[in-house]
Amino acid sequence: MAPLAPRSGDAIFASVERVNAELFTLTYGAIVRQLLTDLEEVEEVNKQLDQMGYNIGIRLVDEFLAKSNVSRCTDFKETAEVIAKVGFKMFLGVTASVSNWDADGTCCSIILEDNPLVDFVELPDTCQGLYYCNVLSGVIRGALEMVSMKTEVTWVRDMLRGDDAFELQVKLLKQVPEEYPYKDDE
Amino acid sequence: MGREVSESCVDSLLTEMVSSYCDRFYANKPELAARRIEAIGFQVGHQLSERYTMERPRFSDNLEAIKFICKDFWSELFKKQIDNLKTNHKGTFVLQDNRFRWLARMSIDPSSEDGDLSQDNSAPVTENKAAQATSMHLYFPCGIIRGALSNLGIPCAVSADISSLPACSFVVRIKA
Repeated sequence: MAPLAPRSGDAIFASVERVNAELFTLTYGAIVRQLLTDLEEVEEVNKQLDQMGYNIGIRLVDEFLAKSNVSRCTDFKETAEVIAKVGFKMFLGVTASVSNWDADGTCCSIILEDNPLVDFVELPDTCQGLYYCNVLSGVIRGALEMVSMKTEVTWVRDMLRGDDAFELQVKLLKQVPEEYPYKDDE
Repeated sequence: MGREVSESCVDSLLTEMVSSYCDRFYANKPELAARRIEAIGFQVGHQLSERYTMERPRFSDNLEAIKFICKDFWSELFKKQIDNLKTNHKGTFVLQDNRFRWLARMSIDPSSEDGDLSQDNSAPVTENKAAQATSMHLYFPCGIIRGALSNLGIPCAVSADISSLPACSFVVRIKA
């Protein structure tokens, strides 16, 4: 029998190499700031942050699978729980929760009340359209694509815009069946 | 103990930042990419040194400030101190980290002729992609050191030298 998926990432987070979060937070902030200067358009910055996240996600999923010891998720519901409880904890040291499932179990919200990306951050009025944490939605999209799930990830709530939490809506668009380079009967 | 994140968060963010600037935004202008990456580092160093010196008295001279970078500042970032500090007593300091963490997982072709790069955009145009990629990664820590010292009132230029890998030396030239 396959080992049970861990219910939380606490033990994994305790065992990985960790660094001072200030360095991470301030570096991300400096990158966003430099992108705003270089790209000028807030929309373009959103797009590039998402792209950066996607590129990070497609690589990070390997580390996640190697270290988390999770077995194959039976459905998208389990996948979302694993991202929230194990994935966020293992990398960012915080736990997210999952809610707002739709009837057919293909769309849910991942809710984050504590987010190290935004420590020390306040958005000036000139950045109203900015999705500051867009790297996170990109990471989730990229990581899920590597395990055969095409998703669309959008922000529903954002504390930097005055909401009471960060809420990401993750919608499963299609599950791409894995293709093997051989047939079963060969 | 303050808040922590996994080291791979920082590693992957830095890798992606460097490749975004070098391969996407300024693909044909490595000197511009380098300047932007250094500017991001400068910003980070500036803010970090502000935070880490909040409860300290002013440094009495440049050497005291450099020692702070070698010990406390480096320990906060890399959980180790700079291994060796040299100076010519004329405003040039060489800070050597015998195993610089951000290079530890990078493979570098040892045949690359000269690992020297300087932040005033005179980096040698090297044919070797790996060496160029590595030097791009060093603009960020160079920027951090320059930003940290600038926040302490010490204007300087910082370059990196990786000719004796796996050690990495940062050369700080204080502007008179």
